[in-house]
Amino acid sequence: MLHYVLKRIGGAILVLVVVALIAFVLFRFVGDPINQMVGQDVSVADRERLRQMLGLDDSIVVQLARFLWNALHFDFGVSYQFKEKVTTLVAARFPATFELSLAASIFAIVVGIPVGAYTGIRPKALMSRAFMALSLIGVSLPTFLIGILLIYVFAVRLQWLPSYGRGETVQIGFWRTGFLTKSGLAALVMPSITLGLFQLTLIARLVRAEMLEVMRADFIRFARARGLSERAVNFRHALKNTLVPVVTIIGLQIGSIVAFSIITETVFQWPGMGLLFITSVQNADIPVMAAYLMMVAIIFVTINLTVDLLYLAIDPRIRLGSAQA
Amino acid sequence: MSEPLLEVDRLGVEFVTRHGDLRALDGVSFSMAQGEILGLVGESGAGKSLTGRAIIGLIDQPGRICGGTITFEGRRIDNLRSADLRKLRGKRIGTIFQDPLTSLDPLQRIGDQLVETIRAHLPLNAAQAREKAIALLGEVGLPAAADRMRAWPHEFSGGMRQRVVIALALACDPSLLIADEPTTALDVSVQAQIIALLRRLARAHNASVLLVTHDMGVIAEAADRVAVMYAGRVVEIGPVADVIARPWHPYSRGLMGSIPSLREEVDRLTQIPGAMPRIGARPEGCAYAPRCPKAEPRCRMAAPPMIEAGPRAAACIVEPAP
Amino acid sequence: MNRLRRILGSDLLWSFTRSPGAMIAATVAFGLCLCALFAPLIAPQNPFDLASLDLMDARDPPVWLSGGDHRFLLGSDSQGRDILSAIFFGARISIGVSLASVALALVIGVSLGLVAGYFGGRVEAIVMRAADVQLTFPAILTALLINGAARAVLGPGRVAGSEFWVLVISIGLSFWVQYARTVRASTLVERHKDYVAAARLIGASAPRIMFTHVLPNVLGPVLVIATINLALAIITEATLSFLGVGLPPSQPSLGTLVRTGNDYLMSGEWWIVFFPGVALAALALSVNIIGDWLRDALNPRLR
Repeated sequence: MLHYVLKRIGGAILVLVVVALIAFVLFRFVGDPINQMVGQDVSVADRERLRQMLGLDDSIVVQLARFLWNALHFDFGVSYQFKEKVTTLVAARFPATFELSLAASIFAIVVGIPVGAYTGIRPKALMSRAFMALSLIGVSLPTFLIGILLIYVFAVRLQWLPSYGRGETVQIGFWRTGFLTKSGLAALVMPSITLGLFQLTLIARLVRAEMLEVMRADFIRFARARGLSERAVNFRHALKNTLVPVVTIIGLQIGSIVAFSIITETVFQWPGMGLLFITSVQNADIPVMAAYLMMVAIIFVTINLTVDLLYLAIDPRIRLGSAQA
Repeated sequence: MSEPLLEVDRLGVEFVTRHGDLRALDGVSFSMAQGEILGLVGESGAGKSLTGRAIIGLIDQPGRICGGTITFEGRRIDNLRSADLRKLRGKRIGTIFQDPLTSLDPLQRIGDQLVETIRAHLPLNAAQAREKAIALLGEVGLPAAADRMRAWPHEFSGGMRQRVVIALALACDPSLLIADEPTTALDVSVQAQIIALLRRLARAHNASVLLVTHDMGVIAEAADRVAVMYAGRVVEIGPVADVIARPWHPYSRGLMGSIPSLREEVDRLTQIPGAMPRIGARPEGCAYAPRCPKAEPRCRMAAPPMIEAGPRAAACIVEPAP
Repeated sequence: MNRLRRILGSDLLWSFTRSPGAMIAATVAFGLCLCALFAPLIAPQNPFDLASLDLMDARDPPVWLSGGDHRFLLGSDSQGRDILSAIFFGARISIGVSLASVALALVIGVSLGLVAGYFGGRVEAIVMRAADVQLTFPAILTALLINGAARAVLGPGRVAGSEFWVLVISIGLSFWVQYARTVRASTLVERHKDYVAAARLIGASAPRIMFTHVLPNVLGPVLVIATINLALAIITEATLSFLGVGLPPSQPSLGTLVRTGNDYLMSGEWWIVFFPGVALAALALSVNIIGDWLRDALNPRLR
């Protein structure tokens, strides 16, 4: 079991190191940082001074070490476009993205699992067929189209919900939350549905597929042969056995939600990290891109690790360190 | 003879596919007395497992019963509503499946699975059910039964798991036990133990056993009577000793001839030429005729009826009763 | 090839003719592809020919609404451009980018998968670890990063004109992993089969064995992945363009049309964004349905 935990932690660190290397390569070799920072009119001498000041003429190894050291403190320097410290920029935007992702994840999970279980148990029911058809549409429609459609219906036509922004927010310490005001919550509705819908369909389809698979398993047949009620067979035995793969995917999906928030934030002009990232891609603002990359990597790796450790709670086979599931 | 415990009469099962409806079972008939062990033997694909599943109403999609009747404890069960059938399963009819490694829910403790089964059928509280579960585990020969209640299935060997499966099947004192290839997935050394255990427990609980297997050795060891199946039909039925010593149907003879331990004086094993026809490709008349050394033109005209002779019966119009 | 032909011959066609969804989807996809392919011939207007545009025609609603102009069946945009023509040309660009990026991903993924599976050892370890790391992140993020990096390499001002290839590379490099994994797994199986040993014995070279013997045996799953990926590539391209890092308004794909049209949604000129959006959705959905059907048809157990 300890071996399992250590192996997972090792894998997580590997991913982080690789991502840090990529971020460094981006930062150092993609385009000339000096050109990005100063205008055309700055003299060659000034450029050289800046180069020395930033340590860009040190050996690559020294630069890499410095970059990693700074990255460890989450210091990615100054944004080319905003001329502000990247850390400050990201920190100011983090709560918005976090709250949006949280709301979207809850929406996706709370609706997705029951729908998937139902369609898995009764694959031929009318509701299941309807859902499968709808889910294919949900998976095929680009997120931004769904967002635009929602805006047109609920903001432009019905005027029930705001079409952009976070509404009123409340500052608590370093955290700016939209959870505490009515307009903040109203502003959260459409973005979180837009963001969560895709994951919802994925989760539901996955639960369904796993249910169908498990329903064919011998132990389900045997549970039926033991004369257990349909409910016991479906939930106590089938659904529980689907949870191992489902928890993995849900974990990964929550990671994706953070990444996909880029699109939703653009549609709804949601002032989060995604919106910051997209402007940095448009303007080739490498420090912000590098910081965002590291940030997302850390979130992903943390989630993956949590998922792996959750296995221990669900599946006794791993807990004993015997055969892998 | 008193009223039989189980009576299967001209049972038909078909699978609905895009190639049309395929007859998997075509008029299977046999009956079982209280306390009797009936072996159901045949090649894979002959329909023996399907017969067992049809009795408990658990045929896989897209299969369905398309004819005949099943009478159990004096009432028809082939047309029961699923809720009534469920009350029968596990309570009056216990089932043992082939692979003990996959029959148990991997995410539930042994004890919980037992208690769950007991409480689904018997009006016991949790403590009483637990007590009964421990007693059952002791009965199937698990040492330190009380400690084993908290074990997970994967902590047990195949043989131990099959003992747990047997305990689950017997949990509510059923009068019929359907054992579908109960030893096939086990080591040879364990097979004999499990067969002996099954026999002993069936006697102790006065339960009948429908022992489905392709292994004549298992039948010879455990069963009272044997029914030989071929291509979705019973072709011969009779007391085990008689059928082994003097098989009547040419197919049974071929089957006995291919078993090493039963024919000590013969120096070569006989082999039946050809293969059993697939579902959907079965010939008119006797399905065995294409492979049968004694086949006559009339064999191919119509399916031969069961011809009875004392305790024995066979579906062959050529061979005389032995 | 034999295996592929056998699959295509019997059950696949049977299942196709019995799947109305797949048939409708195929018709829609085929129709859209035709419109895209022959856009210059059948479009009522050349949306790139600035001389033919007239600001007087701007923001006309579809022809069946009051104020509609018979020249603009689905209305016109803010520059007096015919929406229908813009959709035809946009679909042409969207499909072009998607096909090219799927082809790129396929070539990279299949080659790496073959090499990793056939040679094993360190090559395999590196390729598969890279795949693992990349798979940690969603493809859209990888595509955005590669896109940003390409912009930085080219310099902010010099992206113009090469957006098409920047997109192809960003999307292509984001989708190779699945091919590599599938092909590697199949290659591992095939490598140990007798016919590969026999081919090696008579002195066939490694590339020859891989491409003539191993590759044909993994084409089935690769085909399924490619179809499903095509839908993903269409969506990814549209998303990148919508986010403003794809194709520019001067050379609009369907995603770009939605991006520009979105600005007029608030003022009620919904057709500028609606029709390109519908075209995009229909394209992605129909390709997805075909991919779904293909996967089920080739893998009946999942149904």
